[in-house]
Amino acid sequence: MTDLSTSGAAAPRGPHSSSLLVQDANTRKRNAAESRFRLYGVIAIAIAILALFALLGSILYNGSSSFRQAFVVLDVYLDPAKLDKDGTRDLEKIAKVSTFGYAPLIAAAFETKFEDPEIGVEGLSAKNAAKLISKEGPAELRRYVLANPDMIGETVQFEFLASGRIDGYYKGRVTMETAKLDKNVSPEQLQLADQLKEAGVLAIKFNTGFLTRADASENRPEAAGLGVAILGSFYMMIVVLCLALPIGVAASIYLEEFAPKNWITDIIEVNISNLAAVPSIVFGILGLAIFINFAGLPQSAPIVGGLVLTLMTLPTIIIATRASLKAVPPSIRDAALGIGASKMQAVFHHVLPLAAPGILTGTIIGLAQALGETAPLLLIGMVAFVRDFPSAPPEGFFDPAAALPVQVYNWTQRSDPAFVERASGAIIVLMVFLLIMNAIAIVLRRRFERRW
Amino acid sequence: MYDAPNLEKTVDQKEFKITADNVQVFYGDTHAIKDVSVQIEDNTVTAFIGPSGCGKSTFLRCLNRMNDTIDICRVEGNILLDGENIYDKKVDPVQLRAKVGMVFQKPNPFPKSIYDNIAYGPRIHGLTRNKADLDIIVEKSLRRGAIWDEVKDRLDQPGTGLSGGQQQRLCIARAIATEPEVLLMDEPCSALDPIATAQVEELIDELRQDYSVVIVTHSMQQAARVSQKTAFFHLGNLVEYGETSQIFTNPIDPRTESYITGRIG
Repeated sequence: MTDLSTSGAAAPRGPHSSSLLVQDANTRKRNAAESRFRLYGVIAIAIAILALFALLGSILYNGSSSFRQAFVVLDVYLDPAKLDKDGTRDLEKIAKVSTFGYAPLIAAAFETKFEDPEIGVEGLSAKNAAKLISKEGPAELRRYVLANPDMIGETVQFEFLASGRIDGYYKGRVTMETAKLDKNVSPEQLQLADQLKEAGVLAIKFNTGFLTRADASENRPEAAGLGVAILGSFYMMIVVLCLALPIGVAASIYLEEFAPKNWITDIIEVNISNLAAVPSIVFGILGLAIFINFAGLPQSAPIVGGLVLTLMTLPTIIIATRASLKAVPPSIRDAALGIGASKMQAVFHHVLPLAAPGILTGTIIGLAQALGETAPLLLIGMVAFVRDFPSAPPEGFFDPAAALPVQVYNWTQRSDPAFVERASGAIIVLMVFLLIMNAIAIVLRRRFERRW
Repeated sequence: MYDAPNLEKTVDQKEFKITADNVQVFYGDTHAIKDVSVQIEDNTVTAFIGPSGCGKSTFLRCLNRMNDTIDICRVEGNILLDGENIYDKKVDPVQLRAKVGMVFQKPNPFPKSIYDNIAYGPRIHGLTRNKADLDIIVEKSLRRGAIWDEVKDRLDQPGTGLSGGQQQRLCIARAIATEPEVLLMDEPCSALDPIATAQVEELIDELRQDYSVVIVTHSMQQAARVSQKTAFFHLGNLVEYGETSQIFTNPIDPRTESYITGRIG
């Protein structure tokens, strides 16, 4: 430096001649542009995080209450005079008593409760008090009696679901004011519910039924559960996994490693990418036309849903698998071929294990996508109201079933506000499944990557 | 080499291991190898030298049909291994590659244990019937690859965890394990430091006892150090082929002379 300055080099010698300690105009401009860009990035991320929190927050706020439920514990005297008039204990005769025939038993149980001086509201008959119990209650009672006819004549303790309005009262959906206007519930019933809660007869508990019960009709939201939908979705995922993974991986291995590169494979390649962009409802129409109308498979069956979702998942799996096969360095193939492995040995012994983490991740992402897919399932009849659980596989694949996202869609269409809570709860369940699947993808990826 | 004059006498009596006759290689429309004819002897190290892109690696890959894996590559002419044409329709390239092993420019061990790296070739070729035999082959190959002492205590650790020079010797040991007759080496030392290079060169000289070794190299010193025969390629042509000592001291073709004196390349 000193040499330069003494030799009279202070005069400008080029475009970069000014002092390094002072930023020139160009540098200032570039730095300003960079900090502006960083600011945009931070804003974008902040918006994304806010949106995510708003979404998750509203779902959790609306849906978490569906995992809690009001239950009423009652001692019911299984009156032989009503259930088995002849005293023969003949199952066929007992079965003739319909669900309505069991309702008086619950009313009678309230009658006994009213003997307690603490319990009882003026002007509320036992029959009206029995409306605190879900309409599902008598049906449960009947199922129990048909399963245990020996218990007729005994007094048995039952834990009944409280009706939707009573349940809503403890979740803030129903108030004394709204009850006055509501023909389904009266303020007296709510008062009685409070007394029962005081006495420990009515309690708020974790609602396992939400996960295990089947769907229920419009006027008994408290009994609606996700059991059939979870099972149906699970069956579909099995079908998708069993079909999409082998077909997708085989197709990608062939295309990537064996197929000659010519115009035919080029066309196939382009069309696989196109397939990934086809709207999902189109696959539903295809499934309806081919699998149901042409092949004659049953409607609303997990097998048809699985087949349609397989078609949707295939491009995802093929694209992910081909990308991860491409990422395996060619030197590994050379090494295997160089010591006399055949093409297939090179692929299956060396390339495929290295591509496995990518393939697995792609597959699970494809499955997660399929799990949340609604539109194609609407067209193949999975939107139907299904009360019966599908049987065990393989027959179960052909039984009618629901699916989680379709169940959400279904519940959001019903008028009772209790179903809003249920739908949000179902979304929580769906998201938990997606989180579990993504977690599995991450774990598998970590485990296989160590072998690199 | 000092023993080059002695070798010259014995060479004439030896049979040729590989005979290439008018070999042409095309990459699409590019004529990469033009009319190359060369005889490669058994128990000899033959070096291919020449500037980048002259076709020496391409020609080497013809010798075990590795060029088959490139779709647009087309080979014409005959290459005989022990008198049999390896480009005959009846020849399965996989069977050929078991006889003609290859070591690549970049060390490319499998991402598996050191033991499995060596054992893979014998396993797929069915060279052993039991674990004990396999253990013997693995040890023998690693010893001949001059790496046994360094890895004998960690055979179960990944081959990719070794240093570059060790990896390359592991790859040579892996190639030897299938008991080939010819060993092709495509610039085996270009990714190695001088010490590892010296170890590999020493190894190549030892391997000459049992194999015919063909080595492609960019380093003329290396060719002079390890080979008995040298072939000089230029722009897809085989310019000159002969005794290494003759090529480096008294080249016939002016192009060879220009290259080894550093005027072209």
